Amino acid sequence: MSVLQRNNVKVSGNPDGRPMLFAHGFGCDQNMWRYVTPAFIDEYRVVVFDHVGSGDSDLSAYDEEKYSTLDGYASDVIEIIDELSLKDVVFVGHSVSSMVGVVAAARRPECFGALVLVGPSPRYIDDPDAGYVGGFTHEDIEGLLDSLDSNYLGWSTAMAPVIMGRPDRPELGEELTNSFCRTDPAIARHFARVTFTSDNRADLAAADVPTLVLQCSDDVIAPTSVGEYVAGAMPRASLTLLQATGHCPNLSAPDETIAAMKAFL
Amino acid sequence: MEESLDDLYEHAPCGYLSTDFEGVIVKVNETFLAMTGFERSDVLGRTWLSLLSGGARIFHETHYAPLLRMQGYVREIAIDMVCADGARLPVLVNSVLHHDRKVVRTVVFSASDRREYERELLRERERAIASEAKARLLAQTLQQSFIPPALPEVPGLDVAGVYRPAGTGDEVGGDFYDVFSTGSDGAWVVVVGDVQGKGAEAAAVTAMARYTLRAAAMQSSSPGVVLRTLHDMLTNSEFDRFVTVVYARIADGAMTVSSGGHPCPLRVTPAGEVTPICQVGSLVGVLGLELPPSDALVPLRPGEVFVFYTDGVTEARNATEGFFGEERLQALVGSCSGLDAAGIADRVVDAVVTYQEGLPRDDIAVVVVKVAES
Repeated sequence: MSVLQRNNVKVSGNPDGRPMLFAHGFGCDQNMWRYVTPAFIDEYRVVVFDHVGSGDSDLSAYDEEKYSTLDGYASDVIEIIDELSLKDVVFVGHSVSSMVGVVAAARRPECFGALVLVGPSPRYIDDPDAGYVGGFTHEDIEGLLDSLDSNYLGWSTAMAPVIMGRPDRPELGEELTNSFCRTDPAIARHFARVTFTSDNRADLAAADVPTLVLQCSDDVIAPTSVGEYVAGAMPRASLTLLQATGHCPNLSAPDETIAAMKAFL
Repeated sequence: MEESLDDLYEHAPCGYLSTDFEGVIVKVNETFLAMTGFERSDVLGRTWLSLLSGGARIFHETHYAPLLRMQGYVREIAIDMVCADGARLPVLVNSVLHHDRKVVRTVVFSASDRREYERELLRERERAIASEAKARLLAQTLQQSFIPPALPEVPGLDVAGVYRPAGTGDEVGGDFYDVFSTGSDGAWVVVVGDVQGKGAEAAAVTAMARYTLRAAAMQSSSPGVVLRTLHDMLTNSEFDRFVTVVYARIADGAMTVSSGGHPCPLRVTPAGEVTPICQVGSLVGVLGLELPPSDALVPLRPGEVFVFYTDGVTEARNATEGFFGEERLQALVGSCSGLDAAGIADRVVDAVVTYQEGLPRDDIAVVVVKVAES
């Protein structure tokens, strides 16, 4: 299985344009970018993908060991860049994928021309000793894992091959409810634990690439103070505070998100 | 009887609330307030998110909100709310997003009992997974006790055995083999057998057969008599299972062989000529079949190879070619010149596993004895 199949990579837009690589966060899949990518397809070579374990990626490639830190996901990003021979990449990462991009850029800065980090957080759990407020406690994360256990989102082992393998079958209609955010519950649980217990504060300084932090107002996952921390700790980062609230401006306020990205680029 | 719309809303049999696109609660019904203990003024103007537990907030932001934006609705989302008194309330939630009215309507069902039941199911599943793993380990450990952990060094002979359990190896099969010395008389014994059936009882019979053969081997130099002892033991046991077994005693440059219902070992000459070396006697352990199998005396010549096997080899089947069969086996072992005993045993088992597309339906046991070149 090739890297492009493994990560369900989709390339569109201007074949001669500067590459713009979109990485979705924990929870859903590449559909998270559906309202944003159309604004860039004329000028950019737009690449979207699913992290292994999400969306229509190859679930059999999910390796708990490899994906036990964000480094495994960063390796996949670098492999996609190498496979497509992308240069001067604009990496757009949402949520946990912001940090995936930071880790990848720290490892291979020559590949990256710019980073756009939407709702980044280098650490979700408070660290009182360092005076760092991530916004969550360990109990909150356990509560999330409970939520995941209770919300299989229509996943069933019997349906899995149909769900994951047949996006071309609209007659499944009702069965495909929630499919954008559906995966094997065991994988979702592991990805959640890896995401929300990660601590990548030390990687921020090493990602020496022009960076835009897109910070929502009133984001419970990544509070404004965390966005400011990220922008402050990276060598070449600026922060744009969006009027949009919540954690997904790419869905709730795509126009404002696109405008901020274009102003930065 | 007339129903008022206002009453239908306020006292609907579920909590009902409306939020704007920022998640701020703009309307809520009485049932919701009764469920949660809040006053109307507590919740109007607050965000829906702020009424959820910490874990549920993350779930909301990573699954619920994106799904609502992408498909316009969410259904059967299980989350925990935090009530006015700080207590957790497990709820099931459906929401619909109305673009034209810029509103999200959400109904909330209390789900305490259901959630407890689901947790119980999850715990049961975890227990089931754990006990399955335990059973698999038990089966594998038991299975390993049917074959010697390592074969002894037999002077003048190169001996190797390979065992491959059926399928994924989750079930205890009945194939066994053994190679041992009878002690002071300097003889060596090679045994390959197959107990009818699978599972716990077959495993008990396999263990019994293996140790009975070892004990009987010390009492008699005649393979037929040893098999007769096994037969008597089985027919007088509480088990109603038969065994096929081939028993070879090697001493003084010759092999005495007897088969109780088991495929005869094949002799392969250095020139590649293949012949079965004994007659197949009756099954061991069936009441009424009491003739002692006859003994065949076979001289051992330098470079000759003897291949012992179970019916997992010859009765291996695939959809297009049918049984693996004796002919195919004879052709295969006839073309193994130059290989040592382990190489031949591996080649046979590999061929049979491949023939069944990697997933054998029956156990396979192969023991190869190669006489040293002069």
